[in-house]
Amino acid sequence: MAKPAILTASHVLDLSQPLALDGGQSLPRVRIAYETYGTLNADKSNAIIIFHALTGDQCVASPHPITGKPGWWIRMVGPGLPIDTGRYFVICANVLGGCYGSTGPASLADDRQPYAMRFPVITIRDMVRAQVAVLDALGIEQLHAVVGGSMGGMQALSFAANWPSRARAVLVIASTARHSAQNIAFHEVGRQAIMADPKWKGGDYYGGKGPDNGLAVARMAAHITYLSEEGMHEKFGRKLQDRTEKTFGFDADFQVESYLRHQGLSFTDRFDANSYLYITRAMDYFDLAEEHGGRLAEAFKGVTAKFCLVSFDTDWLYPTTESRTIAHALNAAGAPVSFVELSAPFGHDSFLLDVPALDRVIAGFLGC
Amino acid sequence: MLGGLTRPCSYGLRPDLEIIAWEVKSNSRVLDVGCGDGALMQVLKEDRSCDARGLELDPHNVALCVGKGLSVMQGDADADLADYPDASFDYAILSQTLQTTKRPDQVLDELLRVGRKAFVSFPNFAHWKVRASLLWNGRMPVTRLLPIAWYETPNIHHVTVRDFRALVAEKNLRVEGEWFLSGDKHIGPAAAAWRAEHAVFLLSR
Repeated sequence: MAKPAILTASHVLDLSQPLALDGGQSLPRVRIAYETYGTLNADKSNAIIIFHALTGDQCVASPHPITGKPGWWIRMVGPGLPIDTGRYFVICANVLGGCYGSTGPASLADDRQPYAMRFPVITIRDMVRAQVAVLDALGIEQLHAVVGGSMGGMQALSFAANWPSRARAVLVIASTARHSAQNIAFHEVGRQAIMADPKWKGGDYYGGKGPDNGLAVARMAAHITYLSEEGMHEKFGRKLQDRTEKTFGFDADFQVESYLRHQGLSFTDRFDANSYLYITRAMDYFDLAEEHGGRLAEAFKGVTAKFCLVSFDTDWLYPTTESRTIAHALNAAGAPVSFVELSAPFGHDSFLLDVPALDRVIAGFLGC
Repeated sequence: MLGGLTRPCSYGLRPDLEIIAWEVKSNSRVLDVGCGDGALMQVLKEDRSCDARGLELDPHNVALCVGKGLSVMQGDADADLADYPDASFDYAILSQTLQTTKRPDQVLDELLRVGRKAFVSFPNFAHWKVRASLLWNGRMPVTRLLPIAWYETPNIHHVTVRDFRALVAEKNLRVEGEWFLSGDKHIGPAAAAWRAEHAVFLLSR
């Protein structure tokens, strides 16, 4: 049976005003690229914005512009799916600092040269600010919901705290209200790998070969944090790759090595190294309590939206305690909040994979 | 207190929850500890205009509640009540959960810390069928209300109506209401100690 077609459209928005950034600078000529799915209803009340994760993009349910692979959340977004495009108008925008059409370090500065490292350091709130501009342009005063996993969840939290009247529901999956020392540490390994690559050239590699080796290593290190120990063991164990014996050399003897190398290498085809630096920095800087006098409950004071927080028992990147902390702060602020820890074997990546319980929670939370 | 004639209809809830649903004042803030699939919360929210929140251990039940538009936190009565501020609710409800907690006495304290009043319902372990089973067979009873064998039951702290009254007295708590059930029939307090399958208490400090 043919699946009903998904109504999708690609757009760009050029902001008419410079974007004021948390770092104090203001960024001129900001462009935000975004996709929409479904139809906005007459009173503009059925819109949902999905915030994407670190290496995600706006093609949440349409083919990836470079790899041609299916959208990164097609299991969740589409006609009749938990985020039902037959019912909701779904918006997903490439984040500020990204490399899929929104303004980022590869964009041209006033001198017609790429910004590279002249691009200002941005924050999660800056990313959200740029996406609020998209809502303004579309004339959407209040969203049915904001939804995000991982870094997308940080944006959803930032949105709820800073634009409290503009969403009726906030769904945060496998995320955190602040980056921990361990989170920052892993990101720093990745950034140092990029910067140690001679091809990085202080960020001025555009027009030539980029720091692919460094970026691949960054992706390898990060990818480990997205999986669970148990999941890795089950998938790879100590199995050897296309060979029956160890080679007593440094080839990818083990399947897990081969897998990580492939993940690293294929990532360089679709991601800009400087974008990786800027976006990971924004995540490291994220601390929602700090923005609100050190008390997380203060961040949610006066918020009227209902919240749902979901964590996964095998996620050690943003473990359950992080979601619980957010839920307690919301409770203390008097906001209606639900929290559930789901069991899934895939670690942090569980939010993108086959976890039927997550489908039920999302459909239920958005549907009522 | 429970005049069936004044009630136009039933909410179709489990008998102990039915009592609680009728007794909770409209527009209250309520915490249902061990809220299960959220049946009571739904009635309190929709028919009594309460701000109802839940705490539930089973993630499947939490998902069910979220799907009904209810606000439920995954957690357990022993550990997670501590996260709620003092007097943040008009009522804290603990239905058929007390006997499954590690420290029922401490949970009772917590209920009356986060709630100004607390509803507590529990199966009465001194019901005559339980007494008979122990007396005649010398075996831990497996009954309609306690259907699981001793080695796998979640009910790790069996309690009787008299035990509960003693604990309430020891803690100097005030009993604001008490209801006793045999099946879905109400029975008077005089014979409750041996005839009640279920007890519901409304407590305050």
